[in-house]
Amino acid sequence: MMEAMTAENAKEMLLYVADKIIGEKDYLTQIDSTIGDGDHGIGMSGGMKKVKEKLENQDFDDVYAVFAAAGKSMLMSMGGASGVIFGSLYLAGAKNMSMAAEISAKELAEMKRKSLEAIKERGKANVGDKTMVDALEPAVIAMEENSDKSLLEMLTAAEAAAQQGVEDTKQYVAKFGRAKSLFDRAIGHQDAGATTVWLIFQGMREYIEKHDGYKV
Amino acid sequence: MKKIMNSAENVIDELMEGFVLAHNKYYLKHNEVNGIIFKEKRAGKVALVIGGGSGHEPLFSGFVGRGLADAAACGNVFASPDPNTIYETAKTVESGEGVLFVYGCYAGDNLNFDMAEEFLVDEGIKTAHVRVWDDVVSAPKERIEDRRGIAGDVFVIKVAGAACDEGYPLEKVKRMTEKVRDNTFSIGIATSSGQLPGVNKPIFELESDEIEYGMGLHGEPGIKRTKLAPADQLVEILYKNLMEEAEIMKGDEVCVLINSLGATSLLELSIIYRKVHELLSKDQIKIYDSDLNTYCTSQGMGGFSITILRLDEDIKKLYNKPCFSPYYAKEEVK
Repeated sequence: MMEAMTAENAKEMLLYVADKIIGEKDYLTQIDSTIGDGDHGIGMSGGMKKVKEKLENQDFDDVYAVFAAAGKSMLMSMGGASGVIFGSLYLAGAKNMSMAAEISAKELAEMKRKSLEAIKERGKANVGDKTMVDALEPAVIAMEENSDKSLLEMLTAAEAAAQQGVEDTKQYVAKFGRAKSLFDRAIGHQDAGATTVWLIFQGMREYIEKHDGYKV
Repeated sequence: MKKIMNSAENVIDELMEGFVLAHNKYYLKHNEVNGIIFKEKRAGKVALVIGGGSGHEPLFSGFVGRGLADAAACGNVFASPDPNTIYETAKTVESGEGVLFVYGCYAGDNLNFDMAEEFLVDEGIKTAHVRVWDDVVSAPKERIEDRRGIAGDVFVIKVAGAACDEGYPLEKVKRMTEKVRDNTFSIGIATSSGQLPGVNKPIFELESDEIEYGMGLHGEPGIKRTKLAPADQLVEILYKNLMEEAEIMKGDEVCVLINSLGATSLLELSIIYRKVHELLSKDQIKIYDSDLNTYCTSQGMGGFSITILRLDEDIKKLYNKPCFSPYYAKEEVK
């Protein structure tokens, strides 16, 4: 069982997630076109390409530095609301942390909690507003509830919670973005940002599952 | 809709390149980011930096100039610039008196401009911002901070630019700019959709005989869809809504802007203005200045908005200062 994540694990995991999101570009675009402005897939895949450029050519000995570098690449290149929000998903929790060659499941959960709080503070969004917070908050709570277990068990729980969060967004009226002006017409459609959060957690779980049992 | 372009991924780079080549008498592009910088460096004043998503030209880049903004930070099509673009653009024109940011009130712009301000403040640079929210039908009055910025940006930038050039300190520039923002009201209709570069379908669907009231600049749904009606009827409805929101009274003095979203012609804007003028005169509201133009656009979208700026002596004095850019120029109103 993988009990701790090294900096190299973290780098490979975020590269795996980046490839996954780039591969889902058309799917995300299609979801966003229904009630949003249709640029979410393009924006996310552009940001994830910057993450790859940054991480691929650098060696890391600090797990937090990996997350911070990835977050900063997105924040400084994407623009739009997604750049700040998804950049913060990686960056905010890793900011001002002392160097760590590896982190435990509990520490990963703590990092995501910090990111969640920063995103809610900046975006002024809460659960029920039909945003990525609808997937992220339950995922973070699931991590916290399972943080004494293995990384795989914890991320499996987080992925399931995020997926349920995406389902839940279908019932909500949007409070932000273009969908806001749709009022009841947004009901029945899932939020694109929440979908991306779910895919990111799914990517993290898949990476850990593939590499469970050994450290890189 | 046909688009004249090369490839979708190069539209912003090629937009920046062509725009600055055409206007190199006035503008240069920032070396690293998509910032349009006014060449006449003006020291000893608050720097006015505007910006937002590209695709609405001439807003924002065309409002960089004398008596106007010092620089514009430009994002991708319909997406806010990132914090680094805003930060670097502002750093280039900041000259010790601080930076005022003016931009339309949208979630993405708010987040990115806020973060850029934090970077500047960390370096000891004074900053302030005024978000433009003139679109009266985009949210009710109780949630005015949820309203979107549309063509009213023009009046706010004009007055903010004049206030900066007067040498007012940051606090006063901000106060004056908020005052002009709080007295600027717009309302509009869409007649047809535009189309984004690289996307092979219209931004929204609208039947050929239909119009939509209050539709946003990015195709945000409006409040009502109806059949097209004669210009005078459309204007009467818009005027009534606008005046209720703006609470403009008999004896007030205003500036009027009829803005085309791109496909609506000056011929049509003139027909619209004729009725607006008649209604204002009937209500005994004085018209100080009027403008029929295509400033705030949406990739070939059809439709227009009516913007009214209510003047007081302070705003009038600043409105009356001459200004010049290749896309917006005012002489003193005599």
